[in-house]
Amino acid sequence: MHEDLAREYKGKIPETLLKEFEKQSEDFKLSKADAKKVLEKLEARYLASKINPGEAIGIITAESFGEPSTQMTLRTFHFAGVAEAQISLGLPRLIEIFDARKEIETPLMEIYLKSPYNSNADEKKLEKIIAQIKEINMEEVATSISLNLTKMHVEIRLNKKRMKDLEVSDASVLKQLKISIKTSDFEENGEFIVATPKSKENTLPLLYMLKEKIKEVTVKGTEGIKQVLPVNRNNELVLLATGSNLKKILEIDEVDATRTTTNDIFEIQKVFGIEAARNAIIHEALRVIQDQALEIDIRHIMFIADLMTTTGVIKGITRSGITGEKESVLARASFETPIVHIMNASLIGEVDMLNSVIENVLLNQPVPLGTGLPGLVTKMKKGD
Amino acid sequence: MASEKYDVAKHVLVPKHTKLSEEESQKVLDKFNVTARQLPKISKTDPTIKELDTKPGDVIEIERKSPTVEKTKFYRVVSSA
Repeated sequence: MHEDLAREYKGKIPETLLKEFEKQSEDFKLSKADAKKVLEKLEARYLASKINPGEAIGIITAESFGEPSTQMTLRTFHFAGVAEAQISLGLPRLIEIFDARKEIETPLMEIYLKSPYNSNADEKKLEKIIAQIKEINMEEVATSISLNLTKMHVEIRLNKKRMKDLEVSDASVLKQLKISIKTSDFEENGEFIVATPKSKENTLPLLYMLKEKIKEVTVKGTEGIKQVLPVNRNNELVLLATGSNLKKILEIDEVDATRTTTNDIFEIQKVFGIEAARNAIIHEALRVIQDQALEIDIRHIMFIADLMTTTGVIKGITRSGITGEKESVLARASFETPIVHIMNASLIGEVDMLNSVIENVLLNQPVPLGTGLPGLVTKMKKGD
Repeated sequence: MASEKYDVAKHVLVPKHTKLSEEESQKVLDKFNVTARQLPKISKTDPTIKELDTKPGDVIEIERKSPTVEKTKFYRVVSSA
């Protein structure tokens, strides 16, 4: 109904509104004249609800986040029952996202599988896939890793039974060791694998270090993935993994590379680019807010995500992130560590043009916001 | 350089990126009344534009899916870093 009318307004008002209009006009069986009136009103309301130039949207966003997040702190730390996996939630997680921390507290991946593998049917196959994903390191397949002080080398005794269960072969263990630790020689010697450091000054601390290094060598699976948990979600099998290694996981054949994600936004930026990182920020922040049953308009979150990604790389809302990018010395100084900023600025003779808000507040001047933003130009009559 | 096994552009989080011609980018700049330097940036090493053969200064059009207006267009300029 009235598609022709709706088409006329395409580009003038958003498509979501147009769709809603089409649906409603059908439900109410609007006449053409009425439909036209509705569209006119709709456009007027849409234009009226647009943000005006000079509106202080930053502070509106800050307040919209600030108020509900005070509620969040009170509720975060008391949980009854057992969660599937320990994940950081609530305010700590929100701060983590917006500060753009490189090392997040609980990296977590959602691994989707390609079509035949994502049903519950084939358990054997599933186990094999999980074995490819989950990291197995030396410590798990060795019964003992000990120092032989008389011969000054490290002896590794392998747990054959465990290796058989995990489908790890002796040869692959030896190969992984050789690839991972280049500073020493590895040799199979009967029951042991013998590791001897290559350097001539073979000291005890060196041997200890080698032993610790050997423990952490990944013999099978994907580095960084500590635990894998299959869960059923909407009739589909999804693997939740603690730890994150997006690039490696995507290269596994059975993994659906179009949907698999991680909660580490920096990894997403590295693998999928800045726009995907923006989407991930929105998604992660929204998840925290919804988990806490709070309501913050998504526009605020989108705004913050836009701000964090304008430079092409993720910048947190910290003094080294977006605040550090500000041109004005006084604006930077008013956020954190003022003395450092003012000292550095005076050393290189920086000039503050007082173009923005905070520096003008400091100096008790009108700020360029709202009606303070536009300047007036008068055209003088000639001859006066 | 197709070293990856997976296709970056096919992922749900990745919107469509296209490189604009010089005329088209000029049109965009005129529409918003800005210079290319004032646009948001995208790194030239960004995995999404690897195959678009871009140089710093090119304008990239991004077709975002938006929860509020379904589809919007966003523009980024390729930065040298």
